[in-house]
Parts: sequence; structure tokens; C-alpha cells
Amino acid sequence: MLEQTIALGRTDVWIAIAVMAVVTVASRLGGYWLMAYVPVTPRVRRMLDALPGSIIIAAIAPVVLNGGSVVIIAIAAAIGVTIIKRNDFIAVTTGMLVAALARAVGFSG
Amino acid sequence: MSDIASPKSSSAHWTREGLIQGARAVFPVLPGTLAFGMAFGALCAQKKFTLLEVQGFMGIVYGGMSQFVAVQSWPEVLTAPSIATLALLTLTVNIRFFLMSATFRSWFGTLPAWQAYPPLLLITDAGWLLSLRYRERGGSDASYFLGGGLMLYAVWFVAALPGYFLAEQLANPKTYGLDLVFPAFFAALLVPAWRGRSSALPWIVAGVVALVVQRVLPGWWFIIAGSLSGAISAGLMNGNDDA
Repeated sequence: MLEQTIALGRTDVWIAIAVMAVVTVASRLGGYWLMAYVPVTPRVRRMLDALPGSIIIAAIAPVVLNGGSVVIIAIAAAIGVTIIKRNDFIAVTTGMLVAALARAVGFSG
Repeated sequence: MSDIASPKSSSAHWTREGLIQGARAVFPVLPGTLAFGMAFGALCAQKKFTLLEVQGFMGIVYGGMSQFVAVQSWPEVLTAPSIATLALLTLTVNIRFFLMSATFRSWFGTLPAWQAYPPLLLITDAGWLLSLRYRERGGSDASYFLGGGLMLYAVWFVAALPGYFLAEQLANPKTYGLDLVFPAFFAALLVPAWRGRSSALPWIVAGVVALVVQRVLPGWWFIIAGSLSGAISAGLMNGNDDA
């Protein structure tokens, strides 16, 4: 019985996982479903066009500004590299490297 | 290297080439995805979750940020109220998928529902951002999103394993700059998302609202508040751009 508990996990944990999954699936499908009933007027079109940039900004602005100097410099480096060389991989690597190096030499944040 | 497939006017369709092209496009984020998953595996090992439970998070919940937030604030005892709290936490972190999902209507809308909905289960930040860029460059092959989504899912599904077994070595992911993976990737995709001056106001509104809400409200409401405010401000602008 104990071995089974260890192998399969705990029932209450699986209930929590299932609840989290339902919420997440509803989020992933809900927006698409809703837009079937929203007429795409020019105004809605403008809102949808502005949505991607807004999501990105809203998600990273607090992380960057509260992350301290290391994170700000690393993100600035990633953006700078992207403007020069449009390559996602180089941008991500640059951001990680700059942060890792800055922390290695003693900067905090 | 070209992401350009067919003009935007053509409707959504499926091709084998698009599937491969999409799977290739996510390569730049695979190391970061792997690292993120490993960090989650390490956290779960510290918190004494079983391996199968960890795979439950990875494969069924499939939302890295929400998994982290949930496991970090996992209650001592799971009761109905504490599970409801976890559900609310998950909602605030993952409701951004709702907005991303909404942007797919103009692309997948011509597909029958049974073809349109299942791929949307694979919505992630990275997969969505890359497909959006593909779409803006004129692509309409739905396989591009599916290919990227499947590749990201496959890598994510195994990503926690090394972390789970090497927990001690990965105790502090910040040493390796791992906390920068997603902010840096987001920042990189912000550059092509810029559409000239009409982008400025929504972006400023989104950023300011997110910052203010983050100070005022606990949790992750700042993402949805900032995103919606940015989009609404764009809707309120005068539509003289005729774009």
C-alpha cells in the first residue's frame, strides 16, 4: 500500500492537478470560442492587433523593473542583440549569459 | 530560413512541410524550455512530489509558470478551500492563454471545430509568439502552429526528469541565468511586434497598468490587467490609421 502511494502519488494531489488542468484548458480554448460571438469591428480589430505586444509588455515589465540592475541590463542586451541580429536563440543566450556573468562577478539581482 | 509560406489571404490549411517548419522554428527556445522544466523538476524533488505527480503537472497541466507558482505555494494539507485557492492562482497565471486563444479566431476560424480546438490545447507563450510572427509574415498553414506546439510539448514532457534526479545541483537556477530565459525570449519577440507609433500608447498603458496592479494586488492579476488595458486603449484610439 505504501509503495503504491509512492508510485502513483497521492489522491488529493491528483485532484489538485486535475483542477489546475481544467482551469488551464478552459483558458486555452475559451478565447477562441468567445471570439466566434464577438463581431470583429474595426475597433475590435485594433484591440486584437494591440493584444500581443500588450501581453508581452504586461508580463515582462514588472519582472524586469523589479528584477534589479542585473535583469534590466540582461534584457536590454537581449533587445539590443535582437535589433542588430534577428535571432531568438542568440537573444536568449545573450540574456542568460549577461545575467550569469554579472552575478558571478558579484552583482546582485 | 524563410518563414514565409503563403499569402495571408489564403485560409488555414494543413501540410506536412508546415508541420516540420513549425517544429524547427521552436528550436531557439528548446534549451530554455528544457532548463525551465529541469528547474521545475528540481523544485518538485525538494517538495517531495512523486515522479508520476511531477509528470502529471508536466503533461496534463502543461503550463510552466503556473506549475512553478502552484508548487511554490503548495498548501500543507489539500482541502477544498486550498484546492480552490490553487485553481484561482492557476487562473490568474494562465488567463493570458485566453487572450492568446482569442487571437487564433482570425486564423483558424475557417477550420471545422474538431480541427481548430485540439491544437489550441498546445498554446504556450513561445508557440503562440512564433506563430503570430509567422502569421504576420503572411503564413496561413495551421500545421506551423501544431508542429511547434507538438515539439514544445515533447521536450517539456521529459524536461523535468533530469532536474528531479539532480535536484541539489540545480538548487539555484539564477546562478546560470535561467530566470532570464523567458523574459529574454519575450523581449526578443517584442522587437518585431512593434508596429510604429500606433504601438506606443497601448504598450505604455499595458506596462504602467501592469506595474501599478502588481504593486496593489497580490498574485498575477497584473498580466491580465495590463494586457487588457493595452488592448482597450488601442480600441479607444481614433481609427484613422485604417490598418
